[in-house]
Amino acid sequence: METDRARLASRGGEDPDRRTASDRDRRSGTPRAEEPVIESRDLSVFYGEEQALQGIDMSIPERRVTALIGPSGCGKSTFLRSINRMNDLIDVARVEGELYFHGKNVYDDDVDPVALRRKIGMVFQKPNPFPKSIFDNVAYGLRVQGKDDDVERKVRTALERAALLDEVEDRLDESGLDLSGGQQQRLCIARAIAPDPEVILMDEPASALDPVATSQIEDLVEELAREYTVVIVTHNMQQAARISDKTAVFLTGGYLAEFDDTSKIFENPQNQRVEDYITGKFG
Amino acid sequence: MSTETDGSFVDGLEDIERKRLYGRLFVAVCFASTLVGVVALVALLADVLYESWGWVSWEFLTYPPSQAVENFLPGGRGAGIYPALVGSIFLIALTAVFTVFLGVGAAIYLEEYAAESRLKSFVEANIANLAGVPSIVYGLLGLAIFVRWFQLGASLIAGALTLTLLILPIVIVSSQEALRAVPDSQRQAAYGVGATKWQVIRDVVLPRALPGIMTGTILSLSRAIGETAPILMVGASTSLFVAPDGLTSPFSAMPMTIFEWATLPEAEFQHIAAAGIVVLLTILLLMNATAILIRNRYDPRS
Repeated sequence: METDRARLASRGGEDPDRRTASDRDRRSGTPRAEEPVIESRDLSVFYGEEQALQGIDMSIPERRVTALIGPSGCGKSTFLRSINRMNDLIDVARVEGELYFHGKNVYDDDVDPVALRRKIGMVFQKPNPFPKSIFDNVAYGLRVQGKDDDVERKVRTALERAALLDEVEDRLDESGLDLSGGQQQRLCIARAIAPDPEVILMDEPASALDPVATSQIEDLVEELAREYTVVIVTHNMQQAARISDKTAVFLTGGYLAEFDDTSKIFENPQNQRVEDYITGKFG
Repeated sequence: MSTETDGSFVDGLEDIERKRLYGRLFVAVCFASTLVGVVALVALLADVLYESWGWVSWEFLTYPPSQAVENFLPGGRGAGIYPALVGSIFLIALTAVFTVFLGVGAAIYLEEYAAESRLKSFVEANIANLAGVPSIVYGLLGLAIFVRWFQLGASLIAGALTLTLLILPIVIVSSQEALRAVPDSQRQAAYGVGATKWQVIRDVVLPRALPGIMTGTILSLSRAIGETAPILMVGASTSLFVAPDGLTSPFSAMPMTIFEWATLPEAEFQHIAAAGIVVLLTILLLMNATAILIRNRYDPRS
């Protein structure tokens, strides 16, 4: 309850301290010594014989936007999906190494992937609302997780945070499929945040959308980073530069070439291949 | 360059014209193929309706059969298809219950739970092959297992179980296809918010696949209701004077009664058989219409 109230307050802009702190940090781009919420150590993923990720080490900071960029087939989506163990759903996928979430290796035997996914929500490349009403779409996560007290308020809060409430307020019982592509994606974001996860993973959430809807999603991502840790895969470098605090550049073959503050990656990359990629010499 | 291309697109028009002619011939052949099916069906319906004209009445639906023509006529004692009609409806209702549970259950297991393995491929290949086994073979199987071994006798339930075996492969295969047609993005959406596998299947996969499953099941049941050979082997009566009143009572079914009438010498029985066919076809078309209605009405995408 208390965290809910705090979040409602900050959403209303009544929490000036945190906002300025976060804004200041973003402008200066200085690295902050903070507890990483997600940390991978020598993480490799195999699809059958093929190795899709090569021993990735990365620390993802809390309540920041971390962007994963790189050419197609570089393993950025694979890394994203290894965080909430969505790769478990692929029969041939195999993971080696460790991935810590709050200091606990999520690949330990005693970790239930379903419980993990209740802490780490996900938004997919193509909007994938259920053929249910707008309300039921957002309420779905709450219901499967048994958080179904006060559903009405939680659904409205989630829709408001996803910047969709104003557009759908008077038609919550209409099908989620009747919305436009951009609205559907924001509906999926509302669905992901309704059960109040800590981390939101986004797999190219704007790649199927038009420019206006894309910029709405980008604004939303920045907004969400006040409350949540956001990890976003994108093939759009400008997008990564605009919205992220940290950027990881993956290169073909599943290598993490460079991981640093976004300003550093785009202004002064250390790795020659990263510089070539950023300046558009390949990709 | 320009001299080569100038006017070059007006050359070779004959060739294009010839190819277009082939196209038109192809359309004609396809259209003719379509007509054969439609014409045959219309001719069959017209013939049956003509033959049965005046013979289908309320009495025909509510009285037991008779060997005497005059009982079927207006003013007679009344005779008809009642026990077989009730028998067929009971038979199909029971078969529906068995097939929905067994067929959908097997399809969900194979499609959602069973890991890819040689055993699974082997089982699936066999199910597909079973769909092609002649119905008389299922009749023999039903006779051996349900009638003799389980000692059910020539009963309604033995008939229903036999018909279940007959259509089960088709129901499993069509249900599997319906489950496979549910987009993976829907499953991932549910897993993504922390649903368990059971919740994903119950809330997302089954509702989405249900219209397809229902359509496949109802169409299979329409096939079962017209089957004669398997229930003949199990021992359904050709003419029974009382409707079945329990799972183990002897039963008749419309195809059996129709066949019996068609073999009788009096010319009038040809009309009476046609009347029986009209009743059978009506039920069959109603079932198919229901299938189409369900497909259109409950398709969540529309």
